[in-house]
Amino acid sequence: MTLTLPLRRLSPLLQVPVVITLFWLAVAFAGPFIAPCLPGEVVSSTVFAPISAQHLLGTDYLGRDVLTRLLYGTSSTVLLCAAATVLACTAGAFLGMMAALQQGMTDTLLSRFMDGVISIPSLLSGLVAVATFGSSVPVLVLAMACIYMPGSYRTCRMLALSIVQKDFILAARMRGEKTGYLVVREILPNMTGPVLTDVGLRFIYAVRLLSNLSFLGVGLQPPQTDLGSLTRENLLGLVYGAPAVIAPALAIACLTVGLNLALDGKGRRQ
Amino acid sequence: MTMTAKLGMAIARRLGASCVSLIFVVVAVFFITSALPGDVAQSLLGQAATSDSVAALRHSLRLDQPVILRFASWAGGLLRGDFGVSLVSHQSVMSMVHERLIHSLLLAGITTLFAVPMALALGTLSAIFRNTIFDRAVSLLTLCVVSVPEFLVATLAVLVFAVQLHLLPALASISDIHSIGSFLAAFSMPVATLGCVIVGQMARMTRAVMVNVLSSSWVEMAVLKGVSPTAIILRHVLPNVIAPLFNVMALSLSYLLGGVVIVESVFHYPGIASLMVDSVASRDIPLVQTCALIFCAAYLLLTTLADIVALFSTQERTRA
Amino acid sequence: MTRQNPTSPPPLISVQNLCLTGRRGTGPETPIVSNVSFDVAEGEMLALIGESGSGKTSIALALTGYARAGCRIAQGELRVAGHDVRTMNASELRSFRGKTIAYIAQNAGAAFNPALPLMEQVIEPALAHHILPRKEAVEHAIALFEMMALPTPHTIGARYPHECSGGQLQRIMAAMALITEPEVVIFDEPTTALDVTTQIEVLEAFRVAMRQCGFTGVYVTHDLAIVAQMADRAVVLKNGNVQEEGTTRQILSKPAQPYTQQLVAASQPHLRNHDSPPLSAPLLDIKNLVVGYGPPMANGRPTHTIVDNVSLPVCAGETLGIIGESGCGKSTLIRAMAGIQPWADGSMMFDGQPLPARIEERTPQQRQHMQLVAQNADLVLNPAMTVEATLRRVLTFYNEDASDAAIKRVLDMVRLPQALAGRYPPQLSGGQKQRVNLARALAARPRLVLCDEITAALDTVVAAAILDLMMELKRELGLSWLFVTHDLHALRSVCDHVAVLYAGHCVEFSTAAALNVPPHHPYTRKLENSVPEMQPGWLDGVIQHNGLRQSGAERAPATGCSYMPRCPVAVAECAQAPPHTWQAPSGAHIACHLHAQDLS
Repeated sequence: MTLTLPLRRLSPLLQVPVVITLFWLAVAFAGPFIAPCLPGEVVSSTVFAPISAQHLLGTDYLGRDVLTRLLYGTSSTVLLCAAATVLACTAGAFLGMMAALQQGMTDTLLSRFMDGVISIPSLLSGLVAVATFGSSVPVLVLAMACIYMPGSYRTCRMLALSIVQKDFILAARMRGEKTGYLVVREILPNMTGPVLTDVGLRFIYAVRLLSNLSFLGVGLQPPQTDLGSLTRENLLGLVYGAPAVIAPALAIACLTVGLNLALDGKGRRQ
Repeated sequence: MTMTAKLGMAIARRLGASCVSLIFVVVAVFFITSALPGDVAQSLLGQAATSDSVAALRHSLRLDQPVILRFASWAGGLLRGDFGVSLVSHQSVMSMVHERLIHSLLLAGITTLFAVPMALALGTLSAIFRNTIFDRAVSLLTLCVVSVPEFLVATLAVLVFAVQLHLLPALASISDIHSIGSFLAAFSMPVATLGCVIVGQMARMTRAVMVNVLSSSWVEMAVLKGVSPTAIILRHVLPNVIAPLFNVMALSLSYLLGGVVIVESVFHYPGIASLMVDSVASRDIPLVQTCALIFCAAYLLLTTLADIVALFSTQERTRA
Repeated sequence: MTRQNPTSPPPLISVQNLCLTGRRGTGPETPIVSNVSFDVAEGEMLALIGESGSGKTSIALALTGYARAGCRIAQGELRVAGHDVRTMNASELRSFRGKTIAYIAQNAGAAFNPALPLMEQVIEPALAHHILPRKEAVEHAIALFEMMALPTPHTIGARYPHECSGGQLQRIMAAMALITEPEVVIFDEPTTALDVTTQIEVLEAFRVAMRQCGFTGVYVTHDLAIVAQMADRAVVLKNGNVQEEGTTRQILSKPAQPYTQQLVAASQPHLRNHDSPPLSAPLLDIKNLVVGYGPPMANGRPTHTIVDNVSLPVCAGETLGIIGESGCGKSTLIRAMAGIQPWADGSMMFDGQPLPARIEERTPQQRQHMQLVAQNADLVLNPAMTVEATLRRVLTFYNEDASDAAIKRVLDMVRLPQALAGRYPPQLSGGQKQRVNLARALAARPRLVLCDEITAALDTVVAAAILDLMMELKRELGLSWLFVTHDLHALRSVCDHVAVLYAGHCVEFSTAAALNVPPHHPYTRKLENSVPEMQPGWLDGVIQHNGLRQSGAERAPATGCSYMPRCPVAVAECAQAPPHTWQAPSGAHIACHLHAQDLS
């Protein structure tokens, strides 16, 4: 009830993507608990089996249950990327607001550094990080956090800068308010909307990067799975049009496109 | 100061900034790849290696020297055109990269040739016919393309053109190109996939730039003067979008760098990106370093070029 | 609505029951203009008067068959010079616009394409409609530039928009409109963004053009004094509805509708400040202040000096007004007083104590006792905080009583109902926001309130109410005010003392009463002569008396008087040395090389 009420106030064009996004979040948290089988368990002698009552999404190249692996894969993709995004955006927002408030040397140095980091394409940074530190979960999360932090920094700095120049900040400063008050009461409440949009965008970027890395075989390593590696390992099934490869591919598309549509609709409304 | 001198100064400043960025990239690439935890020599030779052979490898890799010295000799090598020796194949990195780079440039060049005009046209048309069905459709399509990871587009292309329609081979073998037919067969799938990604990005950004200018006061004024739509586009819109459009192009083409990695891997195209992915998998650090540098340099080159074009196209307005 | 009688010729413009609608984003359609009807006879100039949001610009654009994105001409009849505007197709509209009807936009700075030289844009309508070949179009444009009294008419067309001043661009835009000799010309607030001294030059040029070219016109404005000078008849609009229609004289002297009466009353200059307090010791004493930007040069002065050697006293319980055009340094001066723009030289004393330049170094009392009210209430009020939260924070910060009763008291002070306390600033009207802005300053119980152009962004009626409020507060609370403005009427109306600023120098300092007594600094006189009067025909008299004024390219001499290039009475001495300040019999302090008898 509490969820449907605010939903109904949204335009139908927005409802669909928002529902899609909520659905994937639910899958991410509940997936491993509702999975019918164990992810590593070989349950059928047929590989690339089609959709059946027994295996809702068929079986994969080893005869494992695709639905189970999809639920686990979605969970790791969403949670890993969410963790990376939260890290990136928290650090980015903090540094961005600090730069906007301090200005001067702090701002110049930080911004120059961030511009430098941004000038390396994200997939390359990912590849270099994996080449150096191996592809474990912490490395992937930290690498993605580092890759997307400068973008978040840039957005938040721009937003904060436009707010800091407003006269109500000047008035508060003339009163002698402390920096903490300025950030929490005066600046943050005025940038939540755009910052949330930015977080959503970075989450999409992170999903793309992680999936790409895993698809290349240098992302999440077996026995862990994510949507990218699921597509990769079942690529042979493409010839038979097996659900084992189509399901994870569709899942990624649905997740990223759904969220992006939601953000796009939000931006259009403002 | 004359106009030319001012322009020269601005270009010099921009080039200087690019050089600083390049140095930053060189330093960053080296120190990140040198921060490997544990011992490269040990992990290369495996657990069974004797301590003597590990020590010998460590010495030959200069791992027993301080990191600053290693950086100095590596950077010195770069200046002389010496990119080091592959840890895996023991060939010089230069010779491994050379041919692959040409293949990649070919792929990128052909894609650019197709994708840029198409993206510009699509973006401009959606801006002119904004909020129509056409615009909505283009917007939805491009949004889908830019949202999903590049490999999905590639996989979809294989599914449709190679598996379902049997039109094109799933793999790009560029070694046996004899005729136009085989050339098309080899390149159309990678180019189409890569092009899709670029067009998606670029059409969206082009639309944004065009809408911005089309809703300006001076375009409204031109409408109220009774100027024809063609003249409005040619005289009032075009001169004002050249600089931002070049920026859009540079940014989109940098997506080409990311897309090229995926496309080369999916289609087993022997370019520099697939070489890099292989080197990452085998942790061949000198090769990784070189490939990363080449990509970053390409990106810097594109953005610098775009900025310089922007300086040229706005020089009339900044003379004072 | 006046129906034409059978003998008079049919009107050139006829608007019947016009309705315009608009929508925001994907929201519902709302009416912008409903049931507006008026006629304009050939050769007549009709004024559309209204405040912001009255739909006057939308009506003007509709006459050309154009509606902005999201807007639509919903119904009604539009006949302009024999064309039925609503039935024309795209190509007919194209040959109608620019040829039969021309439009002069409010902000010429934005309405010119920055990438094309001005001449290209000026002759474009003539070329697009195949009226003149290029060579003759250029000659015609130059002739129009001459008529508009533009400097260097033969070469100004080669410039780009950013190389011309706002007043010049506005006149060039008029030339662009007139190049096809259209039957109808629409002026859309063409002088609103200009300084008063520039505005008068542009108005004079328009007036001359009207007489020589003999077109029919529609003049959109919010300023009744301009209506008096430019228009024969006027339509008063409010919220998209016609309030009143009549001849200019009739609207100005005998307004029938309450809204028009309010508007006319608010536009009449009248004295609000009747009892100047006896002179007391200065509360804020500014001595030889120099403020500027950029690193200091060898002589200790900043690279760009904005305020140069200004000394002013603000006495307790009085209002000091500072007037000057944009760029004269009045905002910089007020920022220096507020402690947010450090000064390079000079000093300030507040209540007998030296006042540090930087706000961080001032004592909490000094900060509390001096409050700044900035021009744009939209920027001063945090859109994410309710009115109540904003006021409560100020009260608690200064350890004042922050109870609901105290907040009600502050709201009462600015005559706002308590019901507004829970609202967010975007839910308030412009006048309400400015009152909350004042309340925010008053909550700190200040002794001196610095007001930076607080009425500039408001509609006439609302601005008049804010000025009334200021004076009431001054009486009730014994406050001192510093009132920075570009509006001479407002200045006269509320101030005890006035300072005239030009290029960072205080050229005249006197009591408000002495403003009516000559002699004056030449710039003060120019300011006074530039404010249009509500008397119809005043401008024609001025043109007849003075001829067309032309503002040339100006560059002040390195040493000497900065006003010299524009000064009509300058002598050789003015270029040599900076003027000294002397006192006139009226008590005014004037900085000029000339003496009382030369300036009278």
